[in-house]
Amino acid sequence: MRSNTLKTLLLGAAFVGAGAVAASAGTLDEVKAKGFVQCGVNGAGLAGFGAPDDAGNWTGLDVDACRAVAAAVFGDPSKVKFTGLSAKERFTALQSKEIDMLARNSTNTMSRDTQLGITFTGTNYYDGQGFMVKKALGVSSAKDLNGASVCVQSGTTTELNLADYFKSNGMTFNAVVFEKQEEADAAYDAGRCDAYTTDASGLYSIRLKMTNPDDSIVLPEIISKEPLGPAVRQGDDQWESIVRWTHYAMLIAEEFGVTQANVDEMKKSENPEVQRLLGVGEGVDFGTPIGLNKDWAYNVIKGVGNYGESFERNVGEGSPLKIARGLNALWSKGGLQYAPPIR
Amino acid sequence: MSRIETDTVFVRRDFLEPEAPPPSLGGIPGWVRKNLFSSPFNIAISLSMLLLLAWALPPLIRWLFIDAVWTGTNREACLPKNGETVGACWAFVNAKLAQFTFGSYPADQRWRPSLVMIVFFVGLAWVAIPRMPWRRQAVWLMLTAFPVATFWLLYGGLGLPIVETSNWGGLLVTLVVAITGIVASLPLGILLALGRRSKLPFIKIVSVVFIEVWRGVPLITVLFMASVMLPLFLPTGVNFDKLLRALIGVALFTGAYMAETIRGGLQAIPKGQFEGAASLGLGYWQSMRLIILPQALKIVIPGIVNSFISLFKDTSLVMIIGLYDLLGSIQRNFSDANWSTPSIAPTGLIFAAAVFWVFCFSMSRYSMYMERKLNTGRKR
Amino acid sequence: MTLRDKTADETPRSWLRAVLYDATIRGWVFQGLVLLFIILFALWVIHNTAANLRAANIPFGFDFLNMRAGFDISQKPIDYTLDSSHAQAFKVGLLNTIIVSVLGIILATIIGFIVGISRLSSNWLLARAATVYVETLRNIPLLLQLLFWYKAVLSVLPGPRQGLMLPFSINLSNRGLTMPRPIVGEGFGLVMWALLVAVVAAWALARWARRRQAATGQSFPVIRASLGIVIGLPLVVFLILGAPLTFELPELKGFNFVGGMVVHPELTAMLLGISLYTATFIAETVRAGILAVSSGQSEAAFSLGLRPSQTMRLIVVPQAMRVIIPPLTSQYLNLTKNSSLALAIGYPDLVAVFAGSTLNITGHAIEVIAITMAVYLALSLITAALMNWFNARVALVER
Repeated sequence: MRSNTLKTLLLGAAFVGAGAVAASAGTLDEVKAKGFVQCGVNGAGLAGFGAPDDAGNWTGLDVDACRAVAAAVFGDPSKVKFTGLSAKERFTALQSKEIDMLARNSTNTMSRDTQLGITFTGTNYYDGQGFMVKKALGVSSAKDLNGASVCVQSGTTTELNLADYFKSNGMTFNAVVFEKQEEADAAYDAGRCDAYTTDASGLYSIRLKMTNPDDSIVLPEIISKEPLGPAVRQGDDQWESIVRWTHYAMLIAEEFGVTQANVDEMKKSENPEVQRLLGVGEGVDFGTPIGLNKDWAYNVIKGVGNYGESFERNVGEGSPLKIARGLNALWSKGGLQYAPPIR
Repeated sequence: MSRIETDTVFVRRDFLEPEAPPPSLGGIPGWVRKNLFSSPFNIAISLSMLLLLAWALPPLIRWLFIDAVWTGTNREACLPKNGETVGACWAFVNAKLAQFTFGSYPADQRWRPSLVMIVFFVGLAWVAIPRMPWRRQAVWLMLTAFPVATFWLLYGGLGLPIVETSNWGGLLVTLVVAITGIVASLPLGILLALGRRSKLPFIKIVSVVFIEVWRGVPLITVLFMASVMLPLFLPTGVNFDKLLRALIGVALFTGAYMAETIRGGLQAIPKGQFEGAASLGLGYWQSMRLIILPQALKIVIPGIVNSFISLFKDTSLVMIIGLYDLLGSIQRNFSDANWSTPSIAPTGLIFAAAVFWVFCFSMSRYSMYMERKLNTGRKR
Repeated sequence: MTLRDKTADETPRSWLRAVLYDATIRGWVFQGLVLLFIILFALWVIHNTAANLRAANIPFGFDFLNMRAGFDISQKPIDYTLDSSHAQAFKVGLLNTIIVSVLGIILATIIGFIVGISRLSSNWLLARAATVYVETLRNIPLLLQLLFWYKAVLSVLPGPRQGLMLPFSINLSNRGLTMPRPIVGEGFGLVMWALLVAVVAAWALARWARRRQAATGQSFPVIRASLGIVIGLPLVVFLILGAPLTFELPELKGFNFVGGMVVHPELTAMLLGISLYTATFIAETVRAGILAVSSGQSEAAFSLGLRPSQTMRLIVVPQAMRVIIPPLTSQYLNLTKNSSLALAIGYPDLVAVFAGSTLNITGHAIEVIAITMAVYLALSLITAALMNWFNARVALVER
């Protein structure tokens, strides 16, 4: 009886092993086979970037990045499933193929890009780390924070930047480190710390959840570069191209005024750039070489809109966060968002 | 013994009527005196306890009930207005009750977990009450058909729309983790307990090492291992659901504790039972299955219930690895901008505490009841 | 098959049969199969892990321990700066775990014994209050209690500038309890030596007194005498040397107190939560232990003329300890393991610092979690060994 169990287990192990060999096909094929994109997002919920509502529907800028990829692959932005991940789990989840892409307000750094077996495909939000303090303290600059207690989430680039900033300015501080962002928020709200630090975008979203949002101000200093962007596994160039160019397509659409509402009209546009974007015209097909249809970008715009629309809807004026475009404006409007041409 | 009856000796033949106790000992004053003020030390203790109650109870009751907000649709209801103090924000719990119970399980499908919970509690009561008819059949149904039906109802498939486990939450996840943990840990615990008492040296060593390693580490590291390391242990591309990974961790962890509980039961079985089974010509597995385990498992029912209580409390730890159980989904809602006021955090925590308390307290009472029942059974 | 066949035939077939049905051989074969399975399973896991790590381009090894950590830890019992290594961060985390466990064990034991004895009190109010306390707190998850205490502690305490000033420059605020920090001057080592000598002397005195009592029946006020020696001798040395001890007073500078010693609110909440929770289990253990001592023992003690307090101390508790210690051991182990919940409220214990910050920053998940688990395992085994040793001593004294 016992040895039978053993045999079954061994057979099972062998079978699973064989399955793994068969499964080493490209990510795109796997995604097409299972019929949806599995996307890793912020599990704790970061309003504006990735957060589920009461009914479990995810919204946010990062969520839109996932939906856009689903639209590019399937022509349907709803063919995506979300996995909420903590800061600790996010890269392992990608490495172990639990998810197909990661869009969890993760900072692109050299060590992450080169040592963790993952590749960042671009930057969907140029961010920087900032500080939030209670108004009552009368602090107007981060340089005045010498000796302050600072609440911070553990295991983020934030935690390290914080230390670097105080050290390089010859100031001391006392970090109060929390495993989860919710805990850090609550501790700051309760007055445990003088200041709270995270990416500036996060500060605005977290300030909204404070008992009295108006009691806190965000300080003007930005102490680090935090280019947030989606990431994929290293070594799958096709999938990497799809995720990267999905983002570019949304930028190009904004540049040429293609929106979710007018994309069908725009198909009649005479502008060759727009034609190439939407796959209109004889021999215009940029989708097939990366394993997609020729109207892949049309589907992206139809499904989630252009980058500007997504930005306004999730974090900009159309949202409770009301973050200005700033660095995230198009290059033509003084920002950093710049897409290579489709050609 | 002989009794001499003569008329000359004055021996009282019948008892005197007992006199009433002195008024200072009878009635309420007597009780108070005996139980509260019997010595200077007791007087001091009683007075300080009364002072403590007088100091703590009225504000607590005020906060919980009198100053509490019972109705409202957003944070405005629970914000202090023109200097009034605001107590517990029950309106928050009321508004979020469905989320605390089911997480973000789709609203039109919530009949499925509700049905499962109802069947579970009815089935549990059936199995737990000793005089129910067909109790044995009910146990088998609960252990075989119920889990399968539960999986189908909760997850979906075969005609039901699929609900991803990432949408499960609240009390549902707490119950799923606790019940799966206990059910999966039973067979593991039995095997390990038998292994630890085995005469085969290697089997014994393996069992001891396994049990002691899991018992020696905190559950939180086990959960970290399940959530961060397990994906790396499996072949590339083989993935488990996050909830399933947590369940595996919980089952292994509980299995080790269960093994020790069951070992206690095995040790309580008299040696004669083993010898008797052997003299009947039964093999090892036969004697275990037919003679030893049925007796041992019956003895350890209270122990199993106690393991279940601690597992039930420990399920709150899955919050740390990002699953939203009862405590997790309550905490997640603290940062809902629609509701965030100073009073929702204590309100939510007290609500969670009350739910956990009701479950654990009733189970511990049941365990004590079984203990008494089993004890009398053996005394006879 | 009949008996005759078995005895008569010496064919290879019956040989095989004898081998196949031999319990010892079967046992070894079975063990061999299990061993094989375990080895295969381990190889399979190692192979997968290696393949995954190679595919993901993650180096395996412990070199990261020497890298600069670069993050701050709020409670630093030993020297730790931003430039310290991850190994140093590990030590800080481990020490913080030990600090909270040891303090928690002491507090929980005191509360547990008081509550356990209170439950058996003849005072109705006290017994009921103890029961309500035990039945309430032990049926609520510890994590929930920790969150509650942390929020409660923070909401009760005022900000640092409005902090509660207590005597001796002690200040209580939501940044913690700040106290003067003793700084030892020259020659303080002698005081420590004096303390050591005094402890040895007190121990020798206790031995001598016990022997004398066993031999002659005369008792000696050991406790008072020992206390006198242990406190008096170092104090005399201290004063002769001219009090070589100064205090660094905490000062409110800018946002926070600078200097002095701080007990952070995280530690306070941890201690409150973990000791009040564990004390409920210890109380039950103590109650069961005392109930296990038959009432004849205390009746006999009373008839010998011992007072109730003496009866408790000399007769009941020593016997109850025999029953209490084994479950007490497992409660101490549980407390140590439960201290890992510290990460939920930001207390920088081993799990929060090492399996939190270090793991996330370096990405060496397997190494970090393996080290963390090994440490807890070692702590558990050490505690268990110490308590077993103590248990053996108690059992010997008993005989």
